[in-house]
Amino acid sequence: MTAEAVIQSLASGLLMGLIYGLVAAGLALIFGLMDVVNFAHGEFLMTSMYAAFGLYLAFALDPLASAPFVAAAMFVFGAVVYLGLVRFAMSASANAGMVQIFATFGLAITMRGLAQLLFTPDYRSIPHSWLGGKTLKVAGIFLPAPQLAGALVSLAAFGALWLVINKTDFGRALEATREDAGAVALVGIDKKRIFALGWGLGGALVGLAGAVLATFFYIYPDVGASFALIAYVTVALGGFGSVFGAFAAGILVGVVEAGTAFILPASLKYLGIYALYLLVVVLRPRGLFGSL
Amino acid sequence: MAGSSHDSARRNNLILAICVAAAVACLPLVVKDVYIQNMLVLTLMYAALSQSWNILSGYCGQISLGHALYFGLGAYATLLLFTKFGVLPWFGMIAGGVIAAAVAAAVGYPCFRLKGHYFVIATIVIAEAGLLLMLNWDWAGAAMGIEVPVRGDSWAKFQFARSKLPYFYFALGLALVAWIVTWKIEDSRWGYWWRAVKDNAEAAESLGVVVFRSKMAAAAVSAFLTAVGGGFYAQFVSYIDPESVMSFQFSLLMALPAVLGGIGTLWGPAVGAAILIPITEVTRSYAGGTGKGFDLIVYGLLVMGIALGRPEGIVGAPLRARKRAKAA
Repeated sequence: MTAEAVIQSLASGLLMGLIYGLVAAGLALIFGLMDVVNFAHGEFLMTSMYAAFGLYLAFALDPLASAPFVAAAMFVFGAVVYLGLVRFAMSASANAGMVQIFATFGLAITMRGLAQLLFTPDYRSIPHSWLGGKTLKVAGIFLPAPQLAGALVSLAAFGALWLVINKTDFGRALEATREDAGAVALVGIDKKRIFALGWGLGGALVGLAGAVLATFFYIYPDVGASFALIAYVTVALGGFGSVFGAFAAGILVGVVEAGTAFILPASLKYLGIYALYLLVVVLRPRGLFGSL
Repeated sequence: MAGSSHDSARRNNLILAICVAAAVACLPLVVKDVYIQNMLVLTLMYAALSQSWNILSGYCGQISLGHALYFGLGAYATLLLFTKFGVLPWFGMIAGGVIAAAVAAAVGYPCFRLKGHYFVIATIVIAEAGLLLMLNWDWAGAAMGIEVPVRGDSWAKFQFARSKLPYFYFALGLALVAWIVTWKIEDSRWGYWWRAVKDNAEAAESLGVVVFRSKMAAAAVSAFLTAVGGGFYAQFVSYIDPESVMSFQFSLLMALPAVLGGIGTLWGPAVGAAILIPITEVTRSYAGGTGKGFDLIVYGLLVMGIALGRPEGIVGAPLRARKRAKAA
């Protein structure tokens, strides 16, 4: 167990962690805004990956080039899901919590079925992307280029998100709605519009994540499931609804996963993530950065 | 909720349950088709499982999306004890139930401090950790799973290759037992405590309800019954692997009938299972084909429709209407 191997493992964990953060960002944003856990988040990711794959097939666009288009399409999709489904689930007359879980879960199953119907359960991958198979060697550490690009996209996305939340009217309206959805109506902010835009923004973020993942991960109808669980854990670890908490928690999750794979057989690498989650919430029942 | 009308309502429920069970028991006289018998077994099994889930999640309000863990523990305990030590499945199922109840208590000890989504995600995470461990546990068959060795049809060994009927009657018995346990608990001190915990844990605590122990008891009862169902399922399908008994899908499948029928109600799980399972089985066999996804689409749309159209469940709605009628 050399120092170099440890650093190598930390570095790949860090890159993957930044990508996990990006995958979780949309989920955290939506939860913070309106207390809804989107159980179809993994299927949003799956759809984004297929979109990137489709754009590659149709126009030979590299996923990194098509990422903005995928994000734009997912923005529309997110807003449509809010307007067509979640809006009604939120106004349910009973069991609101369960209704939200099962409405979004039903959507997830439908999306998975549609993906099977349209694309078959086969595993797909993008064979020739700009960065596929390339690695970068920095000071004796190998960094796979697709993951590195993904990590950079994640950093850029979180930077942009910070600017949007802190510097724009929309961002301020988002924060205000998040703090007190009832009061914002009094100052003339249309709550429903903010919610729809919030779902759009969440969709766009997961769209970016999907395009990034499409460069180095297999694409199949169930691909969202494993990422979704990691995303829930990340969001909860960060403290539900804290977008930048999710960013930090994502990095932590990536590093712990790499560390676990270093010590235990690789097939048990998620065990470290689960243990981390349980440990953190038992010691601090609001997650790391939650302020409940 | 005055004494006598409350008691007579409870008695009527019991009579109705016995009549329904008797009517269901007669079904095999007319239903000879093996495919439909198979569907009936699954329907009854899900009614029992969902009834068990309902005890913790519906009555006590601790939403668990990790019951696949208890189901899988029951299935594995039964088959491992039988194949490795020759313990008859009857004892294996009970042992599985006891193990699951112990695990539920051990898991509940740290987790019942958690609230809302933190608790729900903890249940998912723990079940997934169990799945991961089973996938890597070579002695228990790891990802390959284990098969029930064929020993010929017998009640002692609980295997019947020629007929579905013994499984059918066992599943009916299990569903009835789960229903009666719920019925019994509903009117006991525990039942009132659980509903108090569900409505407002802080208020309940201040009125002297032992909140933490209430949750532990609900978890243990719920896990025990779920694991017995798991042991039954293992014998019924005669082959299990971690994905087929411990995956997240199972946790949701157990919860859905109760959600559809009416969460936290006596009849909800049975009514939900009676509608949901036949629909899923039929779409699976007629529209599913080979992984085409039609069955998933129908199922997903159904779940969305139910969640939005009947948030209080099928049984929940008339109850509310009755209350409104009483108030008027």
